[in-house]
Amino acid sequence: MIRYALGRLTSLIISLFVASLVIFAVIEVIPGDPAAFMLGVNAQPDTIAALRAEMGLDQSVITRYFGWVTGLLQGDFGQSWTYKTPVAELISDRIWVSLPLAIYALILSTLIAFPAGIFAASRRGGPGDVTIMGATQLGVAIPNFWFAMILVLIFAINLRWFSAGGFPGWDNPLQALKSLTLPAIALALPQAAILARVMRSSLLDMLGEDFIRTARAKGLTRRQALWRHAVRNALIPVLTIIGLQFSFLLAGGIIIEQVFFLPGLGRLIFQSISARDLIVVESVVMLLVFTVIIVNFAVDLAYAAVDPRLRAKA
Amino acid sequence: MSILQISDLSLRIGPVDILHDVDLSMNHGQIVAITGESGSGKSITALSVMGLLPRGAVAEGQIMLDGADVLQTSEPDLCQMRGNTMGMVFQEPMTALNPVQTIGAQVAETILIHEDTTRAEAHARASEMLERVGLKVAPTRYPHELSGGQRQRVVIAMAIALRPKLLIADEPTTALDVTTQARILDLLQGLVREFDMGLLLITHDLAVVSDVADQIVVMQKGRVVESGQTQDLLVNMQHPYTKALFEASSHKVQLPARADAPPLLTVDQVARDYPLPRKALLGPRPNFRALDDVSFEIGHGERVGLVGESGCGKSTLTRAILGLEDVQEGRISLDGAPVFAGKQPNLAVRRKMQVVFQDPYSSFNPRHRVDRLITEPFHLLDNPPLGKARDVAIAKALQDVGLSPGDARKFIHEFSGGQRQRIAIARALIIEPELIIFDEAVSALDVSVRAQVLDLIADLCRKRPLAYLFISHDLSVVRSVTDRVMVMQAGRIVEQGKTEHVFTTPQHPYTRDLIVAAPQLPELPHALDPV
Amino acid sequence: MSRNLIIGAGLSVLFICLAALSFIWTPYDIEALDIPNKLQAPGGANLLGTDHFGRDILSMIMMGARTSIAVALVAVGIGMALGIPLGLLAAARHGSLLDELIMRGNDLVFAFPSLVIAILITAVFGASAVNAIIAIGIFNVPVFARLTRGAALPLWERDFILAARVCGKSAARISVEHILPNITNLMIVQGTIQFSLGILAEAALSYIGLGAQPPTASWGRMLADAQTLVSIAPHTALVPGFAILLMVLGLNLLGDGLRDWLDPRIRVARV
Repeated sequence: MIRYALGRLTSLIISLFVASLVIFAVIEVIPGDPAAFMLGVNAQPDTIAALRAEMGLDQSVITRYFGWVTGLLQGDFGQSWTYKTPVAELISDRIWVSLPLAIYALILSTLIAFPAGIFAASRRGGPGDVTIMGATQLGVAIPNFWFAMILVLIFAINLRWFSAGGFPGWDNPLQALKSLTLPAIALALPQAAILARVMRSSLLDMLGEDFIRTARAKGLTRRQALWRHAVRNALIPVLTIIGLQFSFLLAGGIIIEQVFFLPGLGRLIFQSISARDLIVVESVVMLLVFTVIIVNFAVDLAYAAVDPRLRAKA
Repeated sequence: MSILQISDLSLRIGPVDILHDVDLSMNHGQIVAITGESGSGKSITALSVMGLLPRGAVAEGQIMLDGADVLQTSEPDLCQMRGNTMGMVFQEPMTALNPVQTIGAQVAETILIHEDTTRAEAHARASEMLERVGLKVAPTRYPHELSGGQRQRVVIAMAIALRPKLLIADEPTTALDVTTQARILDLLQGLVREFDMGLLLITHDLAVVSDVADQIVVMQKGRVVESGQTQDLLVNMQHPYTKALFEASSHKVQLPARADAPPLLTVDQVARDYPLPRKALLGPRPNFRALDDVSFEIGHGERVGLVGESGCGKSTLTRAILGLEDVQEGRISLDGAPVFAGKQPNLAVRRKMQVVFQDPYSSFNPRHRVDRLITEPFHLLDNPPLGKARDVAIAKALQDVGLSPGDARKFIHEFSGGQRQRIAIARALIIEPELIIFDEAVSALDVSVRAQVLDLIADLCRKRPLAYLFISHDLSVVRSVTDRVMVMQAGRIVEQGKTEHVFTTPQHPYTRDLIVAAPQLPELPHALDPV
Repeated sequence: MSRNLIIGAGLSVLFICLAALSFIWTPYDIEALDIPNKLQAPGGANLLGTDHFGRDILSMIMMGARTSIAVALVAVGIGMALGIPLGLLAAARHGSLLDELIMRGNDLVFAFPSLVIAILITAVFGASAVNAIIAIGIFNVPVFARLTRGAALPLWERDFILAARVCGKSAARISVEHILPNITNLMIVQGTIQFSLGILAEAALSYIGLGAQPPTASWGRMLADAQTLVSIAPHTALVPGFAILLMVLGLNLLGDGLRDWLDPRIRVARV
């Protein structure tokens, strides 16, 4: 088990390293002179020089890369050119919208998908299965940001149960959660549709396995065999999808924030793109990728908890 | 009184009739074997008794088990009976256990499902049961840590944990090695005596049947064609199908004699290692020695057998001889030239050998037609026949193995298992190689088909001198089709010599174990009528 | 042929025909503004109504279909053209350093959702439809590479591959002659699914302004424009939304139908 975890940890570190290289290369190397790029064509030479100095562009690429990574490790993300404040501050203000939104959506999606998938698999071919599968077919096809607009139209504009957008801050946690509810539903339902389909097909695969027949020969009912033997085995492919979905929820959240005017990382990144504030873009992207890689690492550890065969392997 | 009484059992799945009027009766402490070839309905009969029929199956008739008719029993009551009154053991021990639960928990589950007892008590009884079936590993182990034979013992422990009146075993030893098979059969016989239960044994292996069964039921295409006490039935078979089955099982082919000839294949002190995962994080990678100091020769036109159990190195040796993998030590040469030539295979050597595999279903690319499939070895020729010459070669190859030239444009799924093995032989022969490796080539076939394919091999030897290496776990087959035999154990050849000599006077203890463990068909008292 | 296949093929063909038709004819010119005639409800002279500039929504849907299909199709093409050879290579060299590198590389790309790739590209090169193609295309590469490798590995264990090797065929030749024909069905089915995901991704990217730029019509931007109008003129949001929904639904049904028709054992990946 420890060897397995160490192995995954090594690959986590390598992934982070390569990811940081890629991001750094795209942002700071490809544009040629990032300072001139950020300031645009009409910039004065002395402003460019000032920015060059501030970004440390007179140093070699390698020094700059290590400077950036060391900074990241110490929580120093650099200084935003447009906001004139440390990027770390900008991010820490906004991450408490984006991260809770993604987690909220993940919980919702799992809570909907697991029962739906298990129910459909246990009643394969029956009316319940057909209904659920039809609903997931729609859920998979629906664009989440459009779904969000429809939710606003129905629940905010017509029924007035929720506000159409904005975020009141975490001073009042209930209000904060309420304002994240519509966005989380918009994010979660399409993902839940995918997850329910995966859960169902994984369970059906398991129900065809020999060990289910063995369990039935022991005297377990169909339902007992499903719950005691199929579900845990079916979780292995489902965990993979949950891990991948987290990155979609995080990225999808950036889009949904636009629909609900939420002050999250999405808003920050789009403002930075239009202001050509590469330093902010670089850090936010690195943060997103970092989160995804960490979540996948956690999923790998969860595999080992579910499957004893993995614990034995390196 | 009888514990199981099946009367007039008929079964349909959709429009297809599977069983017709099956009758069977057995008593406490009795072993009844149902035997027959694939498609005879023996497994579905067993599943009917368990009440575990596939969806859409409609059964009629009566299955009286311990005073109740299984076909009339409700599903909840059937769940009460399964594991309690009747238990079942399946063919494939590798997949029969839940991979994410310990073996102790899986045995204890049988007890917990049926009896109102504590978890600790159930686990204690599970441990006892695992000990009773001769398993010497801790109940906290997971299935993947156990060998096939060990897993089958766990499945047996699960099935007998509550001492059922009837145990059904569906091909319980087919996936196991012959020495493991002997031990599992011993265990089952012992349990039958100790618990006074009935054992319904489903098997295609007539030697096993004659060895252990008190009563034999022979099935063909969903019907019982003959049944009776083993001793009576063996001396006095009535039905032509029964006779044909026994004849095919003990089929002896007539190999033409061969003159001594110079060596064709020379394997000289060969060793092959595979790296294993590191034990310590940065420690050295230990090696697994799959072949160890293997030396032998095969002469031109010589028929050599290789027997050994799974994992003994047979497949590694096959790959090394075929030049697909290099060896760490020693030399393998064919007519003096090395078989392995780095990344670029030496075509001149390769074209002198071909191979026929075990599984007729995985041996062919399902997307290609027969003509393309059997001409694949032409890739080895410098000037492969084209156009008319190619058609002639295809027609001849198909006719040589008893198929018609018209089969050339068909896809492989249009053929039966036996026909596919003929096509595999046609593919191997089309470039007239000097040496063919038969890698368990008849092991997956039903006995009657197997006999035909063995006859075909003997026929081919009569047409032209053909050297082959016949790899099989089935001693009786090897005995009938080889001049010389080698016995392999844990990567080493422990004994080799003239086939008859080795079988009648085995020298190495392992060879003796193998021969003793292999179930034998009794000498049948009178010549069977040809069918 | 199943009901899925018929409905799915019908919807897909409908949108492809609409896109093709837009090259020669649309009911109105979408670049002509007609402010007095803005936000007309569907059913009048403009079958699906007009937007806030008075442009004909049906015409814009037809032009948008063209953008969606082009972006998604090229992106899937990139994913297949790079992913399938990589997957075949990894499977042929299973267990080697090359295999490990390809698979780790795939894992790494999975850490960059196509939106993040689009953000990176846009930040440096500016927004365009080409960005959307590259971003979605890059993300499709590991999808096909993994799927190909996963399907090819068990095939490499089959005896017919061993027989081909005995016949002296190289790994590359075996991959093309024996592996590829046996995974074609899977690729067709997965390709349909990725096509539908590409349509969704393109819509999302244009919605947030990282995709096709004006004057190119796109469904995602129609929705972005409609966002503030949704309470006064719901049709401006409903029509493009249903266009996306129906097109994606059609492709998914087509994929499922093709799977049932070609080989029901096929398992598609849906991420």
